[in-house]
Amino acid sequence: MGALASLGAFLVSFLPRAVAQGIPLLYGSTGETITEKAGNLNLGIPGIMYVGGISGVIGAFLYEQRLNAGAPVNAFLIIMIPLVCSLLGSLMMGLIYSFLTISLRANQNVAGLSLTTFGIGFGNFFGGSLIKLTGSEVPSIALTTTSQYFSKKLPFADNLSWFGKIFLSYSFLAYAAIIIAFVTAYVIRRTRIGLNLRAVGENPATADAAGIPVGRYKYVATCLGSMIAGLGGLYYVMDYACGVWSNDAFGDRGWLAIALVIFTVWRPDLSVFASILFGGLYILYLYIPTGTRLALKELYKMLPYVVTLVVLIISSMKKKRENQPPEGLGIPYFREER
Amino acid sequence: MREKVHEPLFHIVKRKSLNWYRAWGIRILAILIAFALDALITTMVTGLNPVGVYGAIFKGSFGTARKFWVLMQNIAILLCVSIAVTPAFKMKFWNVGGEGQILVGALATAACMILLGDLPTAALLPIMIVASIAAGALWGVIPAFFKAYWNTNETLFTLMMNYVATQLVAFFVIVWEVPKGAGQIGIINQSTQNGWFPSIGNNKYLINILVVAALTVFVYFYLRYSKHGYEISVVGGSEKTARYIGIKVEKVIMRTMALSGALCGIAGLLLVAGTNHTVTTSISGGRGFTAVMVAWLAQFNPFAMILTSFLIVFMERGASAISSDFGLNASYADILTGVILFCIIASEFFVNYQLIFRKKERKED
Repeated sequence: MGALASLGAFLVSFLPRAVAQGIPLLYGSTGETITEKAGNLNLGIPGIMYVGGISGVIGAFLYEQRLNAGAPVNAFLIIMIPLVCSLLGSLMMGLIYSFLTISLRANQNVAGLSLTTFGIGFGNFFGGSLIKLTGSEVPSIALTTTSQYFSKKLPFADNLSWFGKIFLSYSFLAYAAIIIAFVTAYVIRRTRIGLNLRAVGENPATADAAGIPVGRYKYVATCLGSMIAGLGGLYYVMDYACGVWSNDAFGDRGWLAIALVIFTVWRPDLSVFASILFGGLYILYLYIPTGTRLALKELYKMLPYVVTLVVLIISSMKKKRENQPPEGLGIPYFREER
Repeated sequence: MREKVHEPLFHIVKRKSLNWYRAWGIRILAILIAFALDALITTMVTGLNPVGVYGAIFKGSFGTARKFWVLMQNIAILLCVSIAVTPAFKMKFWNVGGEGQILVGALATAACMILLGDLPTAALLPIMIVASIAAGALWGVIPAFFKAYWNTNETLFTLMMNYVATQLVAFFVIVWEVPKGAGQIGIINQSTQNGWFPSIGNNKYLINILVVAALTVFVYFYLRYSKHGYEISVVGGSEKTARYIGIKVEKVIMRTMALSGALCGIAGLLLVAGTNHTVTTSISGGRGFTAVMVAWLAQFNPFAMILTSFLIVFMERGASAISSDFGLNASYADILTGVILFCIIASEFFVNYQLIFRKKERKED
């Protein structure tokens, strides 16, 4: 009985943290899945997530400056300004990538890596220089007011003990991530638009011949994917990090999000669970007792990557037809080269 | 009734071929546009005039003799990683695991210096060289093995190997930390200098630069004139053709990635034994990724990579000088580099394709 109770207590403390870790990954992987389904391997996702985060921070920072000047808090604006800024920032990144790879047919790996360099630099630069550039007098970027609004839990979460803690203790962006993932999965698998999208990713020449506007699908999918991924950055800074931006804190989550896409065989509905699993693996080292051998913790931090590798190897060995990447992934499409 | 034909404003045609000087003209134009954009951004952020911006960048990278040698040393390391990833790219194997391969090379070097620190440098150096090469090659061969036999996605595999390597380094940093609880190894063999590269005529970076210069020449000839180089380009062009003419594709993939990883391992060796004399998780500083772009910008020509890695390092050093002058964040360099990369990537389009605009409205009849 005692063991069961302590296991329960462990889950109640562990699961919500795993979910909170998993949500940015879920946003990233859902966005990347949409992009990859259109045949674009966007390695710029880590950069886009930084830009999504910092754009929201810039918007919120400027708004909070006005609040400090004595303006009353407007609940609608304090949510919408960072949200819209974040979406616009990641849309801009998506447009750069789309223009380079779709219109100009550039190599997707190189364009994506450049976007990541640029995006992480953009995030760290404004994160480190925003205070100086705006000439304000705060010691660090701590958007506590905005964060309070972003991290509001469901109202009855505290009344329902463990159930409330595990299922209801998250903010609206977390639920939005799960809804977006399920809707995306439905659209991709069950609708005409999804069918066309998959056709564009599998074989753009055939899709073109069938009258599907290939370029438009690729553009919309890539930009939409970027915007969704950018929300992951916003969630991370506003909710998980309580509105405190610190440089490089977001770390390598963007790359893990890309790995999740393969892990979940391009299915955002599976990604809901897989991202929570990854989120759990990401923080599991905090829960494994190591005693005095602190170095072991560093080895446990390998877990998410090693698990990804194992899954990658197994899925490539099994070669199930429905688990393969889109046929046209990574190849630029040029009508006259058919 | 005449059918209305909609003719687009322009259409795109693939160029048959372009003189090399016109191709490079387009690329240089793109770099100049990028410089102008970077100057504009810097002016907006700092209020310097655009000419002053480049004055500051120039001073930041060439200002003193010390800055010059640091610049050269950084170019050498980036060039080393760039030529390392090149053979794999020629084979269309997207090795984005340079970061991890550098790290294990650096870790192996540091391990030798720490565990065999009592040996004199003359005995220690060969062991370090072998260990770093072996570690890098191993880190390269693992993804290649799975790619060769099961077509496992190499981009993700090498990427994940980066983080495994990072954690491995983090683990050993704590195992070997000095003093206990410091979270860092500190300078290894500070008093004895065992395993440090010797200075040549008072210059401690010169040996790094010479090693990389030799490797650059080696990779150029390896790719251009050796049988292995030929096999790499056939496999890169078409795996089926390669199999048809009797090339063992699996063997070529694994051998090439072993070379690629080994060269990255050497970069790790240079960083530990020649430059930093310690190992940290951030010792490679993103060079594994930057090198991908350096190699690609140079069209996989090792000698052109000298120029492209110079361009990137020059901007980085200059931008970090500007950012420290104005109290801005050092990531400023990444923004400027990003703009340059975007412009050059875009310019490749104009090298490979041309736009043909709609002719003026024909006579109405």
